[in-house]
Amino acid sequence: MQSKISIKDLDFFYGKAQALFDISLEIPEREVVAFIGPSGCGKSTFLRTLNRMNDTIPIASVKGQVIIDGKDIYAPGTDVVALRRKVGMVFQKSNPFPKSIFENVAYGIRINGIHSSKEDLNDRVEKALRDAALWDEVKDRLSMSAFGLSGGQQQRLCIARALAVQPDVILMDEPASALDPIATQKIEELVVELKKNYTIVIVTHNMQQAARVSDRTAFFMLGKLIEYNPTQKMFTNPDEKLTEDYITGRFG
Amino acid sequence: MAEAATVHSKRRIINLVMTSLTAVCAVFATSVLLIIIGFIAYQGISSLSWEFLTDTPKPVGEGGGIGNAIVGSAMMTLLAAAIGLPVGIAAGVYLAEFGKNWYGNTIRFIADTLIGVPSIIIGIFIYTVVVMPMGRQSGLAGGLALAIIMIPIVARTTEEMINLVPNSMREGALALGAPQWRVSWNIVLPAATSGIATGAMLAIARITGETAPLLFTALNSRFYNFFYDQPMSSLTVQIYNFATGPFEVEHAMAWAATLLLVGFILVINIAVRYLTRKKY
Repeated sequence: MQSKISIKDLDFFYGKAQALFDISLEIPEREVVAFIGPSGCGKSTFLRTLNRMNDTIPIASVKGQVIIDGKDIYAPGTDVVALRRKVGMVFQKSNPFPKSIFENVAYGIRINGIHSSKEDLNDRVEKALRDAALWDEVKDRLSMSAFGLSGGQQQRLCIARALAVQPDVILMDEPASALDPIATQKIEELVVELKKNYTIVIVTHNMQQAARVSDRTAFFMLGKLIEYNPTQKMFTNPDEKLTEDYITGRFG
Repeated sequence: MAEAATVHSKRRIINLVMTSLTAVCAVFATSVLLIIIGFIAYQGISSLSWEFLTDTPKPVGEGGGIGNAIVGSAMMTLLAAAIGLPVGIAAGVYLAEFGKNWYGNTIRFIADTLIGVPSIIIGIFIYTVVVMPMGRQSGLAGGLALAIIMIPIVARTTEEMINLVPNSMREGALALGAPQWRVSWNIVLPAATSGIATGAMLAIARITGETAPLLFTALNSRFYNFFYDQPMSSLTVQIYNFATGPFEVEHAMAWAATLLLVGFILVINIAVRYLTRKKY
């Protein structure tokens, strides 16, 4: 398998408290990898090390390597802005900007100077909204506030916003946890669709969701990676007793 | 059973009494404002006229108007806002977005102290550093004194308003590859605009009502003055002069000018309420 992201011996600290212990993991290109585990097990923290989102926390520190396309993103001199353009992120709670629907998607394109002309910008916004399966619902009200959309639509808008800057990798931090079942289903279908072009890492509390959308699953507990296997195997015949107990609902 | 019912009714009576007491206090607190406004309106309304709004004060006790004071107040408020708003807002952005360190904490502490400093001390300060070197009182000195009062207020409200912008919005922009300054400039600041505008307008209302810092910086003038390097009249100082004078007609003018000033501040406050009503 071709690794898009290799994590090697990663430790993570909040001040003196260690939150992640010696994690090594290979994430293949154009696959969906799901992170599961009980609350507070470090899966979101881990996800946020992959685009250096934890840099915004002053007391956070990282040891080990995260290699994306052959480059260690924690090497000195790494361009974090360029990294985040390449590794997009969708958050647990949809967080549209206080702007119009169009401007929400256009924002990333504008700040990165991706578009060549006004028409190109319009085309890119349309494409991102189509790819996020939102275009048909919003095409007549692009200039209206993004806050007028429903929760599920807002989350797909955030996905469109992430797609618009043409990332390679998309990190999703419990993207459907605040959504109703129908909106959740739409997001899940979208994840499977996006896999054709993107490498996707998704954190979820929903075991069925992990089983439905992912190719591989990683199970975390107390900051440690307990097991990492193809999803099929993970949910039918896990290597570890702990994994089995968690998946079958014996704790967590 | 009977005992339980007694406890129950006793609690209800105490609840009723306490609720009524707090309600009465609330009415008292707010009715003071209404009484003040009503009294000022009653005393001042009869002296309001076009001449009053456009004339300059006539020599001793012959009436006239406060046109020059209105112009002076407007000019000094304008100068104060032109300096105080940009500096205050920029400082607030710094405090909120980058000021989580010893430098930010120091600035925050100094700003809070400055807000608490009696405004006449600001006046003395400006008297020392501007009026004395210039050799005379001026609109410039008055405007500067007001600006100094304004800056910490605007900075702190701006900071508070920016802190209200959810962190998830910043993260969303950072995750798209936006550099920090762009996140502050075109996501956080617009999201906080209505709050910052509110703070700015309230700060303007506050300085419009200041008298002490103008007393020996802008002094006063009996004439229209459109130049910042000359002593300048203001509504508040004019009210002070009218009210402390011996003439009945000037007392009436003081009431009318007060009505004008209170009306202006009231209009700003109402406008703020209107502009910041929930939009989404």
